[in-house]
Amino acid sequence: MSAMTLTGGTIGTTPKRRFNPRHALVLAKRNIIKSMRTPEQFMDVTLQPIIFLTLFTYIFGGALAGGSQHAYLEFLLPGMLGQTIAMTSIAIGQNLHTDIDKGVFDRFRSLPIGRAVPLIGAVLAEFTRYVTVCVVTMAVGYLIGFRIETDPLKLLAGLALAICFAACFAWVSVFIGLTVRSAGAVQGVMFLFIFPLSFGSNVFVQTSTMPGWLQAFVKVNPMSHLVSAVRGLMLGGPVGSQVGWTFAWCAILLVVFFPLALRGYIRRA
Amino acid sequence: MTDLAIEATGLTKSFGKTKALAGVDLAARKGTVLGVLGPNGAGKTTAVRILATLLRADSGVAKVNGFDVRTHPNQVRQRIGLTGQFASVDDDLTGTENLVMIGQLLDLPKKAAKARAAELLEWFDLAEAAGKKAKNYSGGMRRRLDLAASLVGRPPVIFLDEPTTGLDPAKREDMWDVVRSLVSDGSTVLLTTQYLEEADALADEITVINHGKVIAHDTPHGLKRVVGGQRLTVHPIDPARYDDLLTVLSEIPATAGRTPEPNGRGSVTIQVDSDDVLPDVVARLRAAGIKVDELSLHLPSLDEVFFTLTGTRSGESHAAEEVPA
Repeated sequence: MSAMTLTGGTIGTTPKRRFNPRHALVLAKRNIIKSMRTPEQFMDVTLQPIIFLTLFTYIFGGALAGGSQHAYLEFLLPGMLGQTIAMTSIAIGQNLHTDIDKGVFDRFRSLPIGRAVPLIGAVLAEFTRYVTVCVVTMAVGYLIGFRIETDPLKLLAGLALAICFAACFAWVSVFIGLTVRSAGAVQGVMFLFIFPLSFGSNVFVQTSTMPGWLQAFVKVNPMSHLVSAVRGLMLGGPVGSQVGWTFAWCAILLVVFFPLALRGYIRRA
Repeated sequence: MTDLAIEATGLTKSFGKTKALAGVDLAARKGTVLGVLGPNGAGKTTAVRILATLLRADSGVAKVNGFDVRTHPNQVRQRIGLTGQFASVDDDLTGTENLVMIGQLLDLPKKAAKARAAELLEWFDLAEAAGKKAKNYSGGMRRRLDLAASLVGRPPVIFLDEPTTGLDPAKREDMWDVVRSLVSDGSTVLLTTQYLEEADALADEITVINHGKVIAHDTPHGLKRVVGGQRLTVHPIDPARYDDLLTVLSEIPATAGRTPEPNGRGSVTIQVDSDDVLPDVVARLRAAGIKVDELSLHLPSLDEVFFTLTGTRSGESHAAEEVPA
């Protein structure tokens, strides 16, 4: 059995290799130190939410949501949060692709640590970027008039759900980063995933305005579930089933892409 | 058999159609240095990667301190240190950060990891550069940090893959001293190199490999007996005296009637049987009135070793010869 679980002591034929969360935290710290030393790596999680949120609010706001820019901002912000946080994951695949060819990964492989630890460490480090996206999006939103209609606890729950989704979606990028042959190709392939996910969803407009065949896709799209859940948590309304679907999609992403990513990593050795 | 720290039999490994290893045996007794000598592409690095559990052999058995690298990789990883062209440090981290990170991955508590890092940086003369990023280190500092990184866990078995390639001669001697002190502490070292001189200076036994095969295994003394000891190289200032020089050299008893080999740039090399031949050479050159601007005794180059062992030049220059001029 090659059960590829996070706690798995048996990956491949390696006996007694226990996964130690501390190792993953040590490697997450390495990634955080590295990205702090190249602050331009934070451009996509700081400038992008600012530009996209203001741009889309004022471009579409007048035409949609009955001409009320404020009403459109209320509708759009949870969607932009979902789209931006998913796009954030492009960087991890690109960074791993270049990082892994450097000698330090061979050093990691020669140490008695779990095989997946360097990958898990890299994903854990992404949490700093996810939190940045959340803070910047909410701050800009607040400045241009966004207000939550529930309570701060529900807001935090919504942000946590978006971060959880991003951390699972990151494994798609890790897999692609370890599979394609150039770092530049990571972005191209990731856009193939992210564009249908973010535009074929309820991020920008209500699902009910779309033709039936598109609605069928939009309704199963994980991004729609995430955005509906976050909307509910920020603006009120029932959220239980949408949160449930989001978690289900998180589990699917993890179960499919974590083993694929690990296999890609082992093959690159 | 338990006194072998490194033991490999019949290792083979192919990458696509390229056969990197075609049945390699290696053995190093505990507390000794095994030198693996060979040109680029001979399979040295592939063999080290297999022994260090980074790569799986297609066939053959490899054991480190009695643990099979295939069935007990984690036990092997707990006992090895790896330094070389590949296993390296993180350029964006400082010397201290690199070593502390590795200490923590080896389950040292943070305090102990910091203490070990400081100790190693001090020992490798890197204390002043401890807070600098590794990418700003010089070549020699970088190698020392690489080596320090592989010693954090005090491993009993250490793999050094071409530890001195690209270092200037003084830095190379420093690295040799480090290797000697590792062995005097009881570690076992497997060292790959392209220089017979280096293997001779450090190794208890030398395995020569080429094209993925072992072509000789001996002590440095035994290997030198086969490939011949010192070479004498002389370059006359006046090219017109070249033929006179050949005559003088062939009259020296230590050359035992061998034919001097011209080696390109107007100089000539001949094998000598005695290590203290220089005074005799100088006296004879002076008597003949031949002025020279180069006169040296040295061990045979890798290429000469290969020529003697196999009758062909080593992999690289052999390939170069096949290119039509």
